[in-house]
Amino acid sequence: MTDITRTDVLIVGAGPVGLFAVFELGLFDMKCHLIDILDRPGGQCAELYPEKPIYDIPGWPSISAQGLVDKLLEQIAPFKPDFSYNRMVSSLEKLEDGSFRVTTDENEVFEAKVVVIAAGGGSFQPKRPPIPGIEPYEGKSVFYSVRRMEDFRGHDLVIVGGGDSALDWTLNLQPVAKSVTLVHRRPEFRAAPDSVNKMYAMQEMKQLEFQVGQVTGLTGADGRLSSATIKGPDGDVEVPCTRMLPFFGLTMKLGPIAEWGLNLQENLIPVDTEKFQTSVPGIFAVGDINWYPGKLKLILSGFHEVALMAQAAKRIISPGERIVFQYTTSSTSLQKKLGVSG
Amino acid sequence: MTKLTFIAHDGTHFDMDAENGSTVMENAIRNAVPGIEAECGGACACATCHVYVDEAWTAEVGEPEAMEEDMLDFAYDVQPNSRLSCQIKVRDALDGLVVRVPARQG
Repeated sequence: MTDITRTDVLIVGAGPVGLFAVFELGLFDMKCHLIDILDRPGGQCAELYPEKPIYDIPGWPSISAQGLVDKLLEQIAPFKPDFSYNRMVSSLEKLEDGSFRVTTDENEVFEAKVVVIAAGGGSFQPKRPPIPGIEPYEGKSVFYSVRRMEDFRGHDLVIVGGGDSALDWTLNLQPVAKSVTLVHRRPEFRAAPDSVNKMYAMQEMKQLEFQVGQVTGLTGADGRLSSATIKGPDGDVEVPCTRMLPFFGLTMKLGPIAEWGLNLQENLIPVDTEKFQTSVPGIFAVGDINWYPGKLKLILSGFHEVALMAQAAKRIISPGERIVFQYTTSSTSLQKKLGVSG
Repeated sequence: MTKLTFIAHDGTHFDMDAENGSTVMENAIRNAVPGIEAECGGACACATCHVYVDEAWTAEVGEPEAMEEDMLDFAYDVQPNSRLSCQIKVRDALDGLVVRVPARQG
């Protein structure tokens, strides 16, 4: 049996709203564990627009998205939340005692009395490249990440993209693969200049090929690729290809949460506006992923939602306990939890 | 007011009056032009408001900046006249601008 991680509240998604949930739940002495598919906290703020200023966070006339994430982490630090990154929640099961067992794609098991879905636009997953007929090759010849370099040994490898992932794997897999062709639609790259220079140097030495263009077709059978068609500035080129690694960035998908038996409405989770609870008692949804009449997808709306959600979560975790409404400004007991003195 | 026309992938024309200073993407969303998704809301962070600028207008609209070029790497069937419509600001000189919506966004 795998080890079970037990926590009061399991939060799915470590974006700004998931992070602030830790604060509101923490004021009521609930311990939180956050799971996120990205390798760091911040969700869209960290992944999509870290340097963009946000102008509608109360009290901050302008703050960068990453700056907001940093401040939230500082604000929740007293509550010592646990984080699991690079994980996607897969299944959810309701146990007899009313708590929930959640399993991740890495087969870790969590048990919590309350589950808070703060998954924003869904989990970030590799974007399928705009190549017609790619689906039957996925997982057989076409991969969106490298789990084991050995899987590419002796293969004619085509890597598509111009960012760091594409360039890093071009350089790292070159000694392993039979041949490497990097395909990018233009000669400028988003990747670190150092990697780009190394790639050009290896091209000079005929250790790899770089083709400007877009992959427009695939040839093969039964999921086994044999070649790729590349539309370049001088027309179509056919390149031998038995393995392909496309790196086209990330997109957001609801993912396995869709299978959790919650009522859904166009990939959003309807909640009530008193508790922000889903159709399953004990499972809450906050931030961009929920829906209720009048919903606005604003970070500040998510902050409001977690404050109310925390009250309802406390009633589940400590039934019968009287909930005292207090202000952080004046309550010495809240200040003690925050590690500050009034 | 500046006139804009979106031609959807099925050929439907969407004519609209746009306010100067607004982005071409914002006008597509306001007028529910099919095929403009604008997932990120105009932050130049998703490439789902990709359009083809009509050949007659490419010079006036201009070239994408480096950050936009980077995002265009993620778009579907990128052509020399590809732009992200959230990065084109409406102004007097663009009166009559025509843009086409690609077959799909990413």
